[in-house]
Amino acid sequence: MAFARNQWYVTAYSSEVGRDLLARTVLGEPLVLYRTESGEAVALADRCVHRRYPLSESRLDGDTIVCGYHGFTYDQTGTCVFVPGQQRIPRTARVAAYPVVEQDSLIWVWIGDRDRADPTTIPRAPWLDDPRYAVVRGMEPLNARYSLLVDNLMDLSHETYLHGGYIGTPEVANTPITTEVDEERGIVYVSRHMDDAECPPFYAKSTGIQGRITRWQDIEYHPPCLYLLHSRIAPQGLYPPAEGEDSDAFHAEIVYAITPSTEHTTYDFWAVARDFAIDDESVSEYLHQSNRTVVMQDVTALNILEQVIASEPDKYQELSINIDTGGLAARRLIARMVEAGTVGAPR
Amino acid sequence: MTEPASMLTGDRIYRIHWMPGTDTLRGICHCGAERVAEEPVELWEWLLAHPYGHQPPEVVAPSPHAAPTRTPVAA
Repeated sequence: MAFARNQWYVTAYSSEVGRDLLARTVLGEPLVLYRTESGEAVALADRCVHRRYPLSESRLDGDTIVCGYHGFTYDQTGTCVFVPGQQRIPRTARVAAYPVVEQDSLIWVWIGDRDRADPTTIPRAPWLDDPRYAVVRGMEPLNARYSLLVDNLMDLSHETYLHGGYIGTPEVANTPITTEVDEERGIVYVSRHMDDAECPPFYAKSTGIQGRITRWQDIEYHPPCLYLLHSRIAPQGLYPPAEGEDSDAFHAEIVYAITPSTEHTTYDFWAVARDFAIDDESVSEYLHQSNRTVVMQDVTALNILEQVIASEPDKYQELSINIDTGGLAARRLIARMVEAGTVGAPR
Repeated sequence: MTEPASMLTGDRIYRIHWMPGTDTLRGICHCGAERVAEEPVELWEWLLAHPYGHQPPEVVAPSPHAAPTRTPVAA
């Protein structure tokens, strides 16, 4: 399974990184994350240079990590500042420090050549850190390759069959899509605008809408990692005004970060940011529980699929139809990134 | 049903519209060339082959000096 190196990946939520050491493996690279006393997020290679002991199984001393095996001590740049029993610190005693950007309540880590890391290229998910929105979120480890999650999210017609009773209704699978690709910016956009649709429980209970709805799903995928689903829910026939705020509709910004961990495992970060009932804790609880249920339905299905595909020959047979138009576009952009990231890579 | 408007703007946007009420896909290249297909793999291959096989809608500029290229058989 090929990875797209020289890219930014969501490695944790901001809230997960603190004064405890957090282990994450991204693109097969073990990382340890923590926050300095001044609040800066740090990501280092999670292997002591001495005997490979995981630094995440060690302890913090101020802003340094003291290896839990023999005491090799590293500062936040990965430089070893202490070795046991001797004065001389070997010149090669250091671990890799990864470029980190904390933005929109997400910890982005650059996997690739350090000098190619450009923070301005990180796609935004501003709703996750905006007081006008209420956010529920989670992260589920997936025992499946990341491309299966990309396929899953790029074709929402599966909602009708896999998520019936939660977010799926017949109209999702029955409504044609429009797919757009911005070749220069590397974005895939898939629109599914449903009219006179059944309101699924996920939205009926959270918005209070009774009866049929106008439901728009607009996917904006920034490969390889960030997936945005702009979801607009309104009573049937209510469309955005030609000018001004679309304040009579309900909006949910559904954010996924698809982060490859190993060849056959993936971090499935998910969040639902809404602009309605933002102070209603019962709505937050309901959406958290419901969306997690939906995510776990995907996790179960994709874990099964991984087992099947892992046992297939490399070029297994599959069939693509109209619903896969966006997924095919995403695959191509990722393949392009894999190829670009491989050129000149150390491995 | 409301047909989604084009959402992305830029100089190099590929679009595929699934025509409502049909199984037909209509691909539109950033150069203006269009093609319809019944499945997406073939259509993406054609779009991404730009400019090979792409001919934007012909714009005929009448020229007073240009000789007619075709003569009616029976005028």
